Amino acid sequence: MESVKIEICCGTACYLLGAANMMNIEDQLPAEWRDKVDIEAKTCLELCERDNLGGAPYVRINGTEIMSQATPEKLLTRIGELIEGAA
Amino acid sequence: MLNGSTFIRRELMIRIVRAFDSGALETELDQIPIKLRPKNERSSRCCVYHDRAILKYRLMALLGVSVEDEVDEAKPLSAYYAEKAWSGDDTPAKPKTPLSVCGPACSGCPDARVVSTQNCRGCFARPCVYNCPKKAIEVVDGHSVIDQKLCIKCGKCITACPYNAIVKTTVPCEEACPVGAIKKNEFGVAEIDFEKCIFCGKCFNACPFAAVMERSQLVDVLAAMKRGEKLVAMVAPAAEKQFPGKIEQLLSACAKAGFSDVMEVALGAEMTTAHETAEFIERMEKDPKTFMTTSCCPAWVNLVWKHLPELVDHVSLTPSPMVYAREIVKAKDPSAKTVFIGPCVAKRSEARRKDVDYVLSFEELGAILAGRKIDVIACEPWPVPRPANPTARNYSRSCGVTDAVLAEATGKIPGFKLDSKQINGIDRKTCTMVKLHASGKIPVNFLEVMACPGGCQNGPCSLVK
Repeated sequence: MESVKIEICCGTACYLLGAANMMNIEDQLPAEWRDKVDIEAKTCLELCERDNLGGAPYVRINGTEIMSQATPEKLLTRIGELIEGAA
Repeated sequence: MLNGSTFIRRELMIRIVRAFDSGALETELDQIPIKLRPKNERSSRCCVYHDRAILKYRLMALLGVSVEDEVDEAKPLSAYYAEKAWSGDDTPAKPKTPLSVCGPACSGCPDARVVSTQNCRGCFARPCVYNCPKKAIEVVDGHSVIDQKLCIKCGKCITACPYNAIVKTTVPCEEACPVGAIKKNEFGVAEIDFEKCIFCGKCFNACPFAAVMERSQLVDVLAAMKRGEKLVAMVAPAAEKQFPGKIEQLLSACAKAGFSDVMEVALGAEMTTAHETAEFIERMEKDPKTFMTTSCCPAWVNLVWKHLPELVDHVSLTPSPMVYAREIVKAKDPSAKTVFIGPCVAKRSEARRKDVDYVLSFEELGAILAGRKIDVIACEPWPVPRPANPTARNYSRSCGVTDAVLAEATGKIPGFKLDSKQINGIDRKTCTMVKLHASGKIPVNFLEVMACPGGCQNGPCSLVK
């Protein structure tokens, strides 16, 4: 299977509104998931425009799925679903 | 760590910057509370109307207006904005009190008490009754009851109970304040006694209802930039690791955001080290039995001035890194205005005394960068003339000043001896301990005090703790 692609928005708005807590998410991955996930810190994904600021921080999963108000816990759960679901 | 109160504060800051830049702040200000809490949607408190009222006060504080100064409740935010006349006023507004309490946000927490809960099984051993030094506990109808008139809140019963049935309720702001400056008034709402307050910012962080607010200079800075004033960003050493990327990249981001020049306050810290070391040696030569304490933490200096008069003569007279940084800026360009950027509430009070024009917190700087779509990691490193030396960059950490003075003097001055002690975070206990120093009961000659545990990077307005 292809690895799960995680793009964490590290634009300053998302960083201020919670992405700072996700910077070390890779260390929190269970060992058996490590080679199945590809995590990248991105510059602003342009998702916080206009009145969407309250949804920050944003994470893009597999290029299309958008997670708003992302937290390390939410993200780990979703990664788990994608890996276990595919297995 | 992020929580609901930091989130809303930062969200409002970013909204203010965006609205300011689009030229619509005056018209948008009064709409923000409604946009954020539309009817029929969930509220954080009893209803959206309460939420909106508090959001208005939060915006007031962000405009630099003290909630306590409100006279006319009907006055819209746009009027406060217009009144400050940012368009033409070039005298920086310097809030007298960096902190402000928002009454409607204060939950009026019940007084601190030790109470027995439903978890009590009315057991036979009754360790709570036996361990209470004041005989304040009785078992009535199979349940322990604490006589509040006798209880001294020592907490012995709490540790003794095997069922965790006894708890202490607290008033978080009062508990956090090292000097007893925040208390509930006759209406049960928290109030700060500014005669006592040392602006350490501990209540600001402690209040779970975010009722303690900082009076911001964010809009003052935005307006000064718009007027085309030369504003120099002086970035505190605590900025290391606060934003993604390197400190040089953060300096570039500041320049991109509209500052006319940027510098590390650590360059000022180098001068503090040199002068403070010389001052220390001089003091020791005069009186080998005396001791000196550091002067760079403004909350500590406020504490001494307001509460520990016996220590005043021991505080180093050497200016703080911020003050030296200001001198460097002014020597280069006397017309430039200085903006200190750091994680500290108390620096706002020091800046007022020392003619630093504005203070921004890391949160406020972050909001400007976010509003202007500047990502620190996407910035090229700023071409600093030379990086500040590592001991100066380390100033913000607990032990940082001591290490810097040691490095400065060791090997250069024969017979130099530093018996140092560090007070890592001010609370009620350390306040008592510090008094022992004044009485000469603790044999050290160099006392470093930092109000925040671990140092400035754990300051009340830091982004990453």
